[in-house]
Amino acid sequence: MNMTAKTLFDKIWDAHVVKQVEGGPNVLYIDRHFIHEVTSPVAFLGLKNRGLKVFCPEKTTATPDHNVPTIDQHMSIKDELSRHQLEMLKANCAEHGIVHHDLGSEGHGVVHIIGPEMGLTQPGMTIVCGDSHTSTHGAFGAIAFGIGTSEVEMVLASQCIMQPKPKKMKITVNGELGKGVTAKDIALYIISKISTSGGTGHFIEYAGSAITGLTMEGRMTLCNLSIESGARGGMIAPDETTIEYIKGRQFAPKGDDWDKAVAAWAELKSDEDAVFDTELTFDAADIEPMITYGTNPGMGIGVSQTIPTTEGMEGSDKTTYEKSLQYMGYQQGEAMKGKTIDYVFLGSCTNGRIEDFREFAAFIKGKKKADNVTAWLVPGSKAVENQIKAEGLVEILEEAGFKLRQPGCSACLAMNDDKIPEGKYSVSTSNRNFEGRQGPGARTLLASPLTAAAAAVNGVISDPREML
Amino acid sequence: MAYDKFNKITSPAVPLPIENVDTDQIIPARFLKAVERKGFGDNLFRDWRYEKDGSPKADFPLNDSTYSGKILVGGKNFGSGSSREHAAWAIYDYGFRVVVSSFFADIFKGNALNNGLLPVVVSPEFLQKIFTAIEKDANTTFEVDLKKQTFTISATGETTEFDINPYKKHCLQNGLDDIDYLVEMKEQIAEFETA
Repeated sequence: MNMTAKTLFDKIWDAHVVKQVEGGPNVLYIDRHFIHEVTSPVAFLGLKNRGLKVFCPEKTTATPDHNVPTIDQHMSIKDELSRHQLEMLKANCAEHGIVHHDLGSEGHGVVHIIGPEMGLTQPGMTIVCGDSHTSTHGAFGAIAFGIGTSEVEMVLASQCIMQPKPKKMKITVNGELGKGVTAKDIALYIISKISTSGGTGHFIEYAGSAITGLTMEGRMTLCNLSIESGARGGMIAPDETTIEYIKGRQFAPKGDDWDKAVAAWAELKSDEDAVFDTELTFDAADIEPMITYGTNPGMGIGVSQTIPTTEGMEGSDKTTYEKSLQYMGYQQGEAMKGKTIDYVFLGSCTNGRIEDFREFAAFIKGKKKADNVTAWLVPGSKAVENQIKAEGLVEILEEAGFKLRQPGCSACLAMNDDKIPEGKYSVSTSNRNFEGRQGPGARTLLASPLTAAAAAVNGVISDPREML
Repeated sequence: MAYDKFNKITSPAVPLPIENVDTDQIIPARFLKAVERKGFGDNLFRDWRYEKDGSPKADFPLNDSTYSGKILVGGKNFGSGSSREHAAWAIYDYGFRVVVSSFFADIFKGNALNNGLLPVVVSPEFLQKIFTAIEKDANTTFEVDLKKQTFTISATGETTEFDINPYKKHCLQNGLDDIDYLVEMKEQIAEFETA
């Protein structure tokens, strides 16, 4: 065994350690910091109380996303507390010289969508944000993870955070994905196998032909959901697909710098004999379109399957499982297909990118939205919204009875008015099906944009493969 | 953020024998709109704790006067989900100083440690012993000794050791936080940037 062999994660992490604290964590340098309105105000308040300035304002980028309305964005936000959070973000950014993409501006959007779109997210970087889905940016071969507000304050104050080095996990998915099976399904499949705590303490590297075959959008969806397995983040080694995506974007390196960057990115891969703490392998052929039936993202099954029974479960495992099914209003052993649904949500940092809207639009083209379904289609950013319009997707969507909203986190966590009513079922392309996540008493079924489209058309949970 | 120094706590505990208690249950997203760090304890476990009309749900442990104390005992995979530090703030603000489970989600654990809230990991067997002890006598006390890194069921003397990073232990014992440490390092960080 070659002891100097390093994983991709080791290479990036080690290059960013400013100091190893004796008996403690690493002081880790952060290349890129994203902030939004919900987890930053207390951090700025902390700076103020300590009399500190932002250390490297040019390395932080801000946008409000969690709280924003997704209709009539040109009007003043009705909810006073939400409006105040947006005003605070704006004022804090102005005071400290931080670039702020405000609501309504061309750069506005969900923080994990605009970073990659602008080329701010690049291979080899360390990237943090006060949001657990920061793992999204790992798709570019970066170490990206969510942090708490105290850590947001640390980055603002020093461009560093203190972190113990996590363990490393490699998840390989070999083979070809079947028709109608997407990156979202790979992610929900993996989490259903390893549970929502299977990745805890680890950082994941995804590899294998089913992964390298994904587009950047698909890779972002997969890495986004790493946190739902408990892992801090997930990453994929950069390749031609990555380079093609970044090339020419606003903040991508230009001229000679581009050539140098591309050469450096070529080194960003795990050495062949690098050792991981945990290695798992899955076969793409085993994955079908997935849907969740319970109240955590690990409670997912293939859309053609039946809800697992409590056979073999005991103690708190069993009680927790039963409590979850009771919340969902489902019985063990029931088929998922054919169950009536009320809402469809397309959007979020998980599935709010242009490719998701293309897939959804291509699927529903020439079909009609079911009358019993309320659909909220929320682009992840202003750029995605513009692209949807430019590609003529709006007409396709409207002809089928759908309406496009404006960018934001929306019904993913229902901090704005986009709340699913109590007891209603929502097929959602977002990332969490926790109790009340989409509104008090709301029942969330996580799925891909294709599976969501099939449900929107039929009004019941459906297998998209039967309609392709 | 300054918090109380942590050394030793002897207290009864509040049981929450549910697995995968996620941060959306600890503090639902609609209560994250404050721009200051106060009052989050009122909405701790909001939707499990209160009916829609705001009246307390009698069977929820926090509303059951049988239970009290500075220690919260949860099922495995406590704190999964979002990175919202408001979850740790809410638990601390309510009055808890220790959360015990057999397994914590990473970000929650870090957030707790940064806010003077001690996450104690015990074995699944020991966790069951704690729940059983509370079930037998809700007033039974537990002793959490940070210096010795032990968690003890006072009545039976059964004890278990827990792990904590020595640096974080020092911070908790002295009420220090990482920002003080990092601000002291600024020159070294600036050198690293230019290297």
